[in-house]
Amino acid sequence: MSDSSTKGSSQNPSHIRLKGVEKIYPNGYKAIHGIDMEIEEGEFVVLVGPSGCGKSTLLRMVAGLEDITHGEVYIAGRKVNDLEPSQRDIAMVFQNYALYPHMTVYKNMAYGLKNLGTPKDEIDKRVNEVAKLLELEELLNRRPKQLSGGQRQRVAMGRAIVRKPTAFLFDEPLSNLDAKLRVQMRLVIKNLQARLGTTTLYVTHDQVEAMTMADRLIVLKDGIAEQIGTPMELYDRPETQFVAGFIGSPAMNFIEADLSDDGNTLQFGDTKLPLKEKLSNQTSKITFGFRPEHVTLSDSGAMSLQVNLVEHLGAESIIHAKLGDSPITLRLNGHIDAKNGDTLKVDIDADRYHFFDKNAGIRI
Amino acid sequence: MIENRPVSTAISHFVLLAGVAIVLFPIWITIVAASHDVARLLEVPLPLGLGDQFFENLKQVVGKGVEGSTPIGIMLFNSLVMALMIAFGKISISLLSAYAIVYFDFRFRMLFFWMIFITLMLPVEVRILPTYEVVAKLGMLDTYWGLTIPLIASATATFMFRQTFLSVPDELLEAARIDGAGPMQFFWDILLPVSRTSIAAMFVILFIYGWNQYLWPLLVTTDKNMMTIVMSIKNMMEALEETPKWHHIMMTALLAMIPPVLVVIGMQKLFVKGLTETEK
Amino acid sequence: MWPASQAVYQSLLVEDAFGMSSQFVWLDNFIELFEDDHYIKTFGRTLFFSAMVAMLSLSVSLVLAAMADRVIRGTGIYRTLLIWPYAVAPVVAGALWVFLFYPTTGIISTFLTSMGYEWNHQLKGNQAMALVVIAAAWKQISYNFLFFLAGMQAIPKSLIEAAAIDAASPAKRFWTIIFPLITPTTFFLLVVNIVYAFFETFGIIHVVTKGGPANATEILVFKVYNDGFVGLDLGGSAAQSVILMVLVIGMTIFQFKYIERKVEY
Ligand SMILES: Nc1ncnc2c1ncn2[C@@H]1O[C@H](COP(=O)(O)OP(=O)(O)O)[C@@H](O)[C@H]1O
Ligand SMILES: [Mg+2]
Repeated sequence: MSDSSTKGSSQNPSHIRLKGVEKIYPNGYKAIHGIDMEIEEGEFVVLVGPSGCGKSTLLRMVAGLEDITHGEVYIAGRKVNDLEPSQRDIAMVFQNYALYPHMTVYKNMAYGLKNLGTPKDEIDKRVNEVAKLLELEELLNRRPKQLSGGQRQRVAMGRAIVRKPTAFLFDEPLSNLDAKLRVQMRLVIKNLQARLGTTTLYVTHDQVEAMTMADRLIVLKDGIAEQIGTPMELYDRPETQFVAGFIGSPAMNFIEADLSDDGNTLQFGDTKLPLKEKLSNQTSKITFGFRPEHVTLSDSGAMSLQVNLVEHLGAESIIHAKLGDSPITLRLNGHIDAKNGDTLKVDIDADRYHFFDKNAGIRI
Repeated sequence: MIENRPVSTAISHFVLLAGVAIVLFPIWITIVAASHDVARLLEVPLPLGLGDQFFENLKQVVGKGVEGSTPIGIMLFNSLVMALMIAFGKISISLLSAYAIVYFDFRFRMLFFWMIFITLMLPVEVRILPTYEVVAKLGMLDTYWGLTIPLIASATATFMFRQTFLSVPDELLEAARIDGAGPMQFFWDILLPVSRTSIAAMFVILFIYGWNQYLWPLLVTTDKNMMTIVMSIKNMMEALEETPKWHHIMMTALLAMIPPVLVVIGMQKLFVKGLTETEK
Repeated sequence: MWPASQAVYQSLLVEDAFGMSSQFVWLDNFIELFEDDHYIKTFGRTLFFSAMVAMLSLSVSLVLAAMADRVIRGTGIYRTLLIWPYAVAPVVAGALWVFLFYPTTGIISTFLTSMGYEWNHQLKGNQAMALVVIAAAWKQISYNFLFFLAGMQAIPKSLIEAAAIDAASPAKRFWTIIFPLITPTTFFLLVVNIVYAFFETFGIIHVVTKGGPANATEILVFKVYNDGFVGLDLGGSAAQSVILMVLVIGMTIFQFKYIERKVEY
């Protein structure tokens, strides 16, 4: 996934570079706590995290819409800290699209080019090209008010693409669309980006969106980058409990457990779980994690769960259960015949255990 | 609207028609009175229907004026100049100051804000004496400038526009910045067109405000050729006891209300939208 | 540059308002005012006048707006017809109403007299007050109507429908759903109407009654003018101006507070 879409020349591998970037708002609130990051040319990087964690702030610093309190931002090798947004050669798509309501679709797309002094026929050519690409040809003379949500979204993208910027910045561009359209547009954006090969920084709070679109992700929490990596790296080897819980749906199960002194068994409730490899940690307090999909039913299973509720989705079943007091979610293929009050015996794929220090939340 | 009861709908229409009749009755009587001769208007009961003197009265009033006063034509022109100067002057100033207040983060902005607020908020009626002194000192009595400038300087419009600008999403400014628009370009290309309903509403309000001004013109103009039509009504009413020329008064009244009524009805859609959207 | 210089120019004018009745006499004028029975009476009269204008105008336009909100067709036409008085100058409005109520020939006054009710607002103070109230309220109906109608039309249809399903009669729906929901509009209009009655009715009064008979219709703005330009008591008039300024500022702050709050929603 990551290598197939990472194209473009390698002359300038780090295309957007953040060096110790910090943001302190005038009211003293520290929204970003020092972020280092390199984005390669043509790469699609997604900034993901819960609402209020500073995603927009970081993106807007790259765009030049917020001052950079500390650190440096480079775009295409140029330090841009003191450049106006329009001088940074970037284009941005906003959550509410921010289309100019009084201009037609055509004029919305042409406005930036016009300000750059692009000749009329060149503007015309480019706008028409992009309109064709996004299937907006029929709509060029309409005003934003006369468009549907999805069409507005495409115009907002068209306005970004037409500039042929060196980087695209997206701030939750799909969150105002209905679920179905959102899934469609994910694909459209991803394909367009791959085709244009333009470096992209994309903000979303939706981890599914993040996982499906990204070459690499940055998981942000309270202004700190928890982990940077490809979707599979984050899925297979989350470095923190936060990332582990945030990536994947349904979310990873966590159980408070005690590590035996010899480091070979984990104990929680009545269950004793032998470990394949010896585990060592400063304290014996461990958070044990496993994903709902890494579980199999087995009559000789090591864990027995109390079923609460089963959701039948057809191809798979989601089972909400309890192990002692801890809620556990399972995701099993096919139709599972179980109901409230049943006991299920399960095994967990031993290669897919995750362990975190209970206090620090760091992977062991 | 919910249930389709013809009776209740009919009652609603009836009440509305009655309301309209009452509200428009004085205006209808104005038209009636403007179409009779002076003698008919002294006979009780007065007519409720149209007479045949309308164009006679019109010709007399517009061309020659009433009893040696200035022809109403000149006054109409003065009123128009005053109303337009006030409307355009006030709109341009208010747009610029509202822009400065909302979008520029200069020091002492709040101080500036309150300064404008306090100094410009006051209706002319209230600050009439000091204003008169200043205008007189500056030698602006009997000039269009003297007529309009003190009326232009008032902050209501600034605050209307401030409200409008505050309701414009920040992202629009940010998108424009990314699109390479400078402050003035943003103002012209984006902010003004986006605010056009408010501007239109303000134009209607200010045109009518300017046209209807009365106390101030009365004070600063002594020259007959600077008189406005609204003032002339007052003068005719003063002479009512000796010569009750109701036909001329009503014709003049009619002429005095036609331009503002046309403006408000012609721009009704924008006016109502701008007014009710920004103010509440 | 221009707006800034305007602001400076304007602040000069206000400086003058204070400066002209020079620092020392200043307070005396105020004390004099508040010891003056006549002034206190005028104050009370102004309050009464404003309350009457606001009530009359608001209630008529509320009824009309409620009806216009109910009819499916013709709302626009009614609006066009009812908007007229807004454009009519106070002085002109005054002239129209004087014509209708002129003691010897007015259409309404002669009708009233023939019905046995002697009308002569030039002699009877309460009739004069009634006439200026009617004329002032008439002019304000348009504005109130527009805002009431807009307020009512902004209420989601589903709410009215829910009430209809709950079997509320139209009248009941109005008083229990629509009216409470337009309370903010009503408050706003109340302030606007009072400000209007205080300051913008000068023309009407000047033409209709000149404050008479026997000061029966003299309101504050009229007194400022009368004392200053007719009575030539510049100091006293300026002090009255200052009081009015405080009133305007108070009321407009109230008004803008209201708008500000609305915007946050
Ligand atoms: N202008 C501002 N002043 C102070 N704090 C701000 C400002 N803008 C955002 N914040 C705070 O910074 C944090 C991050 O905001 P933001 O970047 O918008 O989050 P998100 O990840 O949801 O996009 C939030 O806690 C927010 O309250
Ligand atoms: Mg955000």
